[in-house]
Amino acid sequence: MSSTTVTAERVEQVVYQALESFGADPAEFSREATFEQLDVDSLDLAELSQIAEEEFGVPLKGDDVKGIRTVGDAIDLIVSRA
Amino acid sequence: MREVVVTGVGAVTPLGVGARTLHERWTAGASGIAGGEAACTDFDPLDTLTRKEARRADRFSQLAVAAAAEAVADAGWEDELPCAPDRVGCIIGTGIGGLGTFESNHEELLGRGPAAVSPLSVPLMMGNAGAGTLAMRHGLLGPCFGVVSACAAGANAIGAAARTIQVGDADAVLTGGSEAVLTPLARASFAALDAVSKTGESRPFDARRDGFVMGEGAGVLVLEEAQAARARGAQILGWVRGYGATCDAHHLTAPDPQGAGAARAILAALADAGIEAGDLVYVNAHGTSTPLNDRSETLALKTALGADAYGVPVSSTKSAIGHLLGAAGAVEAIATLLALRDHVAPPTLGWAEEDEGLDLDYVPTARPLTIEDGDRVLGLSNSFGFGGHNAALVLEAT
Repeated sequence: MSSTTVTAERVEQVVYQALESFGADPAEFSREATFEQLDVDSLDLAELSQIAEEEFGVPLKGDDVKGIRTVGDAIDLIVSRA
Repeated sequence: MREVVVTGVGAVTPLGVGARTLHERWTAGASGIAGGEAACTDFDPLDTLTRKEARRADRFSQLAVAAAAEAVADAGWEDELPCAPDRVGCIIGTGIGGLGTFESNHEELLGRGPAAVSPLSVPLMMGNAGAGTLAMRHGLLGPCFGVVSACAAGANAIGAAARTIQVGDADAVLTGGSEAVLTPLARASFAALDAVSKTGESRPFDARRDGFVMGEGAGVLVLEEAQAARARGAQILGWVRGYGATCDAHHLTAPDPQGAGAARAILAALADAGIEAGDLVYVNAHGTSTPLNDRSETLALKTALGADAYGVPVSSTKSAIGHLLGAAGAVEAIATLLALRDHVAPPTLGWAEEDEGLDLDYVPTARPLTIEDGDRVLGLSNSFGFGGHNAALVLEAT
């Protein structure tokens, strides 16, 4: 059971907040922005997975995260699993 | 035999940010101890690291990064390394590494379960994080590892770095030590051992001493092979002339009461340096302000230096900055080198009441060193760790 309503808007908000806490620059955030551009690496994505699980009850495994390249990919993945 | 020179130093200590700051303030008799602890209150990680970088580093790594930045700038390495990156090593000592990270993640584990433990916890906790982080920041591809020997770690790291250059495994090494354990668990643990001062005072060798004062900080030195350093026009602050390392094999926390292991380390360092006891102009003691160490160290100095123990000033940096544990050996080596360069013996703050048998010259007030024409400016720095780990360094100033 998710702990909060899973809308794309809410997921985007949480993802952006997380990325900013990792030190990424909010001025560069968009669905198309790649994690590489934002200097977001595998450790950051591991943390993002944890946040997704806590906020939305969506557990992301290593394999899930391997394929995502952009912010939009992450948002869509979380929404699809909720 | 390849010689090892010091071309840069950096430190973050309870006396402030900066190696020269440490030296100047200690020599002036300032103390970084407040409320029974010695914290690096002037230190802001964001002065040296970005927010992202600071998240990726436990406080002990953050301190090391700042000290290393100063050392590397001091050595003139900022624009480029002095040699090929795979010829530059990075060896950093610590007592326990990322204890703060350990404690906060353990709280999460107990409070919210395994899923709440941060993916960053292992990389930040690990004792080698200081070495790895510095190597990444400065692009160092040579021998790189952490050194763990409690209060001797910083000195053992410098010794290991010197040997690495001497045998030719590297031509330069960034080395030192870092510790940040002003945490609830560490405070409680040291208190449970009865190792810390109940009065909150650090007064090494004084009859009223009752334990050490916990401190935090980092010290980093740039060591280089001497000929190459001169060839590139580097500033030469001095040399690491000798290193001795031994073990008491006596007790987990108490030193050998006769100081035999410590004496052997001192003698080994003197022999390594090819000097006599009488050649020393200054001794920087381990001087923790514990009843046990200060007595056994005094004995060790008398055993190793003989009558010359009475003829040399012996002071303790811990009187001013408390005990920096895994960083102490490195911070104190830096303090020793800068004192030697300045021809001054900094004071053992607070020393006033002589204890029976502890009758060396502990320098209650800073004073100039006695250096005759033609004398070499040689000093000894001692570090002895829980577990019986003894490390002695002979340093020489230019």
